[in-house]
Amino acid sequence: MNVSQLAEKLGLEIYGGAKGLDQEITGGYTSDLLSDVMGHARAGSIWITLQTHKNVMAIASLKELAAVVIVKGYLPEEDMLEQSNIEGIPVLGTHEEAFEISGKTYKLLHKK
Amino acid sequence: MHFEFKVEGGNFSRAGFPSSEVKKRLKQLNVDGSVIKRTVVALYEAEVNIVAHAYSGVISVDIDAGKIIITLADEGPGIPDIRKAMEIGYSTATPEVREMGFGAGMGLSNMNSNADKLEITSEVGKGTTVVITNYFHE
Ligand SMILES: Nc1ncnc2c1ncn2[C@@H]1O[C@H](COP(=O)(O)OP(=O)(O)OP(=O)(O)O)[C@@H](O)[C@H]1O
Ligand SMILES: [Mg+2]
Repeated sequence: MNVSQLAEKLGLEIYGGAKGLDQEITGGYTSDLLSDVMGHARAGSIWITLQTHKNVMAIASLKELAAVVIVKGYLPEEDMLEQSNIEGIPVLGTHEEAFEISGKTYKLLHKK
Repeated sequence: MHFEFKVEGGNFSRAGFPSSEVKKRLKQLNVDGSVIKRTVVALYEAEVNIVAHAYSGVISVDIDAGKIIITLADEGPGIPDIRKAMEIGYSTATPEVREMGFGAGMGLSNMNSNADKLEITSEVGKGTTVVITNYFHE
């Protein structure tokens, strides 16, 4: 499943990084601790978090993540969006909490 | 090949630039992807530690046919007990830094597991020097 298919199935907002919407998603990681993601997220994953600042994109880019999903209706800061567009890594959003959206994403990615 | 970057304490908006530059150079040199991944994780964590915990620093990168050596020298408070600082969960990060999601006390541990060789020397009240060495072949 690619990023735009996931966004459509889960009704996610697309804030930026549209160039990366075709990127395949191979997994997910849910965390608000940046070093945790740096140490443990795998390339191709979507990152579910409530962090909304630019450093999120630096990590997403270095780790070659597929996209970032911001939870609870928080909005990305302007320089985060700018970086998302430069890197071509989509920033998506949902009003749901991390638990719910992680569960739904997990189910979709593991459906046979 | 040798190049350098300056790092400003407290300025998170530029954090990650040296890592993405190093990533580009290593890709151009056709270095193995898993070596590149490990190198940028270790470098990013070391850079952010200067931004979060020190006043200023210089990152020097040396690349030859077989390895990359990255030296991060900062002026800052230094680390009184390096062994304790290496423990997962130990952090002196300020509340503002923690609010951004830094300060989990995992950075040094990430550096340790993503560097082939990690050398840390520190003098309290002066600063800290971190040397990361990664080899391109086993
Ligand atoms: N360059 C440095 N100068 C001064 N103190 C440092 C430096 N690097 C690390 N430390 C000390 O070591 C502690 C642990 O560092 P580590 O990178 O593991 O965690 P952190 O930076 O606090 O949080 P995280 O890296 O998970 O965001 C820091 O909280 C700080 O007290
Ligand atoms: Mg750190």
